[in-house]
Amino acid sequence: MISRLAGLKYIGLTCCFLALAACSRKDQPNLDAGMNNAPGVGQAAPGSKADFATNVGDRVFFLNNQTDLSPEANDTLTKQANWLKQYGQVTVQVEGHADERGTREYNIALSARRATATRNFLIQQGVQANRISSIAYGKERPVALCDAEQCWSQNRRAVTVITGGTN
Amino acid sequence: MIKLFRALLIFMVVALSANHALAVNGTVTSGKIDPLPIAITPFIANAGSENDAAAISGVIANDLARSGYFSPLAPESFIEKITSFDQTPNFASWSQAKAQALVMGNVTGSGDKITVAFKLYDVNTQAFLGGSSFTAPSKLSRRLAHKVADLIYNKITGFAPYFDTRIVYVDETGPKNARIKKLAMMDQDGFNPRILSNGKEILLTPRFSPTTQEITYSAIGSDSSRVYIYNIDTGQKEIVGDFKNMSFAPRFSPDGQKVIMSLESDDGRNANIYELDLRSRQTRQITNEPSINTAPCYSPDGSRIAFESDRGGSQQIYVMGADGSNQQRVSFGNGAYSTPVWSPDGKYLAFTKQSDGGFGIGIMNVDGSGERILTEGFHNEGPTWSPNSRVVMFFRDTRGETGGAQLWSVDISGYNEQQVPTADFASDPAWSPLLK
Repeated sequence: MISRLAGLKYIGLTCCFLALAACSRKDQPNLDAGMNNAPGVGQAAPGSKADFATNVGDRVFFLNNQTDLSPEANDTLTKQANWLKQYGQVTVQVEGHADERGTREYNIALSARRATATRNFLIQQGVQANRISSIAYGKERPVALCDAEQCWSQNRRAVTVITGGTN
Repeated sequence: MIKLFRALLIFMVVALSANHALAVNGTVTSGKIDPLPIAITPFIANAGSENDAAAISGVIANDLARSGYFSPLAPESFIEKITSFDQTPNFASWSQAKAQALVMGNVTGSGDKITVAFKLYDVNTQAFLGGSSFTAPSKLSRRLAHKVADLIYNKITGFAPYFDTRIVYVDETGPKNARIKKLAMMDQDGFNPRILSNGKEILLTPRFSPTTQEITYSAIGSDSSRVYIYNIDTGQKEIVGDFKNMSFAPRFSPDGQKVIMSLESDDGRNANIYELDLRSRQTRQITNEPSINTAPCYSPDGSRIAFESDRGGSQQIYVMGADGSNQQRVSFGNGAYSTPVWSPDGKYLAFTKQSDGGFGIGIMNVDGSGERILTEGFHNEGPTWSPNSRVVMFFRDTRGETGGAQLWSVDISGYNEQQVPTADFASDPAWSPLLK
């Protein structure tokens, strides 16, 4: 029952967060977009991959050609760090990604910077460095394919992928 | 007439050179010439070689047509039938068929060997311009055809040959959000494609060694991006260098003894250019900047390196000494410039340019002057040079979930855009030197 309540509290936080995001700068992506495939809230077992993706948020987004973390990204990553501190056996790989509107080699380096900024933030929040690896995918793995800003903004992302320690 | 044709070509080259001083951001608007009508007569074949002969004359016609400088005439328009390789052509008849140049050929198969001989004539002056004979194993008959086409192209245009070459590239299959990207290689005209990797890693930016025996590329695996060298004969691959940080964007030095590439910095925020000596295995850092420095490419003499850097805030092209000395920005037009590739003759840098016009492919003098955009649109990227510095190949991406990258080539005049046929989507082409 306690954990159920904790889950509800997270739902509340997520809703506030989305509402805030919706009225932030217009070039910010819809933060809901990355979670389309996640199971419904309430179905995720606490500490599971689904819990992380649904109730915490597994990804942050970047402005065009930028690698700085936005206030929204800081919020998401603070929640990620708290979750990772709560489930101390979990290991993650931070994937850096770029949109398709850049050249291949540069986007590899740009996406590495995004992964690094994300990983460093998690470490600063107290997650042990040896639990977080990172990888740069450049523009090779877009998630949204409409060839317009509304999709490119979803592709400029860093995704924290759970690699071990939970289901 | 062929002399006039060649004079026009020379004039065009001079005109293009003159443009350098004037055009800064111009698209090429001059320099188009009409292709030369050429009759490639059905090659004479000994018994059993008829199919080879037909295929060979087809390859020659295709090469010459794709160059943009020739217009092979339809065989139905031929009046005279060539029945012997020793026949003296009736030039009046070929002139009447509108041919300005005439090719006769002879194909002799013997065991597993094949011999191709040809003669090239100027129809109007009736002059014999040249001829030659090549012998090779039968399975290399297409290469013999490319060699004949190379000689015809060279005799008539005066340009160095480039048909007997290969392209290494990335074969792309699967959905756009999960592309399978494999190492692939084919002849310059899109034939004989071979897939050389299994698709488990995301394979990027393959480049030939100067001998065309090896390919260096980068691949994103499950934990990092690494640079590899693949040996075409043995099928073996090895990791280049023992780096804990990500490595990418490799290219061979002109002598084949070194690989230049980008390495991610220890703090994960920057990328700098390093050179690895393949014999001594010594690594040397060449740039040391708090920025992204990548896509390095040696000058043909190995004395300089062109690369891109965002040290000034946006991607721009820089040139430096091969030891990292004297790093100078050379691109100053409106937009971001990247992926510089030095032309084999040393005169130009080809590049990708992002601007309001989208993604274009252009060339500029090595000092950044004389910029010319050869093609522009939604997404063109990653140029590579033909070994005679006349043709630039690149990839063009198309929109939408079902869109994808395809290979194209364009003459440095900006004319004669041609798609290079590939079975799947294809990207990151790199042209080989002329094959030995």
